[in-house]
Amino acid sequence: MNAINRNELQALSRAVLEIDVNNHPGVMSHVIGLFSRRTYNVEGILCLPVGDGACSRIWLLVNEDQRLPQMIRQAEKLEDVIAIRRHNADHAVFSELEAFFRP
Amino acid sequence: MTETLTGAQIAIRLLERQGVRTVAGIPGGAILPIYDALGQSALIHHVLARHEQGAGFMAQGMARASGQPAVCLASSGPGATNLLTAIADAKLDSIPLVAITGQVPKAMIGTDAFQEVDTYGLSIPITKHNFLVTSAEELLDVIPRAFGIAASGRPGPVLVDIPKDVQTQAIEVADWPAPGARELPPAADAWAISEAAAMINGAKRPILYLGGGVVHAGASSVAVDLAEKANLPTVMTLMALGAMPVDHRLSLGMLGMHGARCTNLALDECDLLIAVGARFDDRATGKVAAFCPQARIIHIDIDAAELDKIKTAHVGIAADVHEALVRLLPLVSENDRKAWVDRTDALKRDFPQHMPDLDQPLSHFGLIRTVAACLDDEAIIATDVGQHQMWVAQGYPLRRPRQWLTSGGLGTMGFGVPAAIGAALAEPQRTVVCFTGDGSILMNIQELVTAAEENVNVKIVLMDNASLGLVHQQQTLFYGERLFASQFKATPDFVKVAQGFGIAAVDLDTAANPCAALMDAIARPGPCLIHASIDVEQKVFPMVPPGAANHEMIGN
Repeated sequence: MNAINRNELQALSRAVLEIDVNNHPGVMSHVIGLFSRRTYNVEGILCLPVGDGACSRIWLLVNEDQRLPQMIRQAEKLEDVIAIRRHNADHAVFSELEAFFRP
Repeated sequence: MTETLTGAQIAIRLLERQGVRTVAGIPGGAILPIYDALGQSALIHHVLARHEQGAGFMAQGMARASGQPAVCLASSGPGATNLLTAIADAKLDSIPLVAITGQVPKAMIGTDAFQEVDTYGLSIPITKHNFLVTSAEELLDVIPRAFGIAASGRPGPVLVDIPKDVQTQAIEVADWPAPGARELPPAADAWAISEAAAMINGAKRPILYLGGGVVHAGASSVAVDLAEKANLPTVMTLMALGAMPVDHRLSLGMLGMHGARCTNLALDECDLLIAVGARFDDRATGKVAAFCPQARIIHIDIDAAELDKIKTAHVGIAADVHEALVRLLPLVSENDRKAWVDRTDALKRDFPQHMPDLDQPLSHFGLIRTVAACLDDEAIIATDVGQHQMWVAQGYPLRRPRQWLTSGGLGTMGFGVPAAIGAALAEPQRTVVCFTGDGSILMNIQELVTAAEENVNVKIVLMDNASLGLVHQQQTLFYGERLFASQFKATPDFVKVAQGFGIAAVDLDTAANPCAALMDAIARPGPCLIHASIDVEQKVFPMVPPGAANHEMIGN
């Protein structure tokens, strides 16, 4: 991922995106590429298959900046993205993982 | 009836069922099974390009002229990388394209095999969607879907990468899928349509702003109906030229960086901007904060992500623009809007596009107008990229949607000749003119021999100033006249080059009667290169300096 930039330093807070996708090689690259090619840093990524494995769920922790609504609209256009939900940064999915990320 | 077919045969059969009758491409090791099957097809004509980028732009020419998805083929590795520019160009101009590439066998992917490149990874950011096919069975789903995706919503390029072992894998096929087709998006929101109608009815100084989406949606005629009913002065983007005839009484022509002064001045005064299938590109808006400073905005686009991307719309409608305009039309009241139409007429009279030396067939505008005088509106006008492109956009009387084929978003030099060949293949009854420059034509000059081989009715008008004209212009205006790397020290004899490639050529510089020579060249069927030297000091004016507001344009 890219180094933090000025836009992101100015970010007031973070957001959590919950993205339902078709599960096949390349989907993660499609989704993450939308962010990286706009130098929009993704702080956290979590992805696992759901149910029978035909679909996966990607959780992203991102800085909230003014480009986030446009990012969500661009992601919604991807063929393999089924749905996107936006949560606040205090969502449990990342905070419960903190134990694995102690320095 | 069940048939046993290879992946390659399935791919070709699916193209046939899709209605594809012409494809352009170049074979190579990793796509030879598909070429073997293609060679057996009685329905599909294969055009052998001389560079994969040429094949990509031929497919684009077919798609732009017909509105239907078109197909190009390339092998793995360099074949695929050579296609990328044409694919990126299709993405930025929303052109429906299906690119099929061969790939090394699945077991060799990731081993740095001969002619292996990560085509899937390379094409992610420049396609609408892409596929790496892993079984022959999958082709039955992927190929119709590729056509459906390319044509639906906002059109765009789709790449299908097929490993060689998938092409040779034989399977039993019992049922064929339905061909992929354009799917219509949900209907426009009724409240937003009525709100938009109320805004138009209440506006004193509205302007209709048409973009390429109007052409893609087949909505040109209803857009003109709307403009006429409510007397909306109308501006067009580079991509929309021809959506409304540029000599229509309500047309203000092209807006933006090289728009006429009257066009940009009218936009400064408007109180309502009705953007239809347009995306507020920086070349159209100039400095965004100063674009239409007094205007409320209605934005209609099939791509919801375009709404509020650059300018926040007061009413945003994500819908097929044809459907939205058809529903908007009856709600908009007739209005002669005399004061505003009089005002825009006065601007057109006082600040018109300046076109000097129109009666000189060897001046840049004179040449363009003389070509136009030889043709009717049935002709297709393609361009390359540079000064000649902007002069044709400013000066050619474009009157029909899909009459005008130009590389707008990506601005790709080398687009013109292969795109014109593709257009002539798709619409053989039309004369296709390609305006080009000496810089642009050299970027895909090898396709002249393809034009000769296919005997397409393409007239290439080469405006030769022995320089990269727009670079020369910017260095002259904005870089202290420090001309560097913009003038060619050695220039080819283009007439001999064309003749060497096997097509007719005429040099207007040495013709006793340039007008007659031009008319004769255009009237003669088959490909022809028409060479004319132009003055390197001529500029594309007016011009909005990079980063400036549209009203700060320079030159007249």
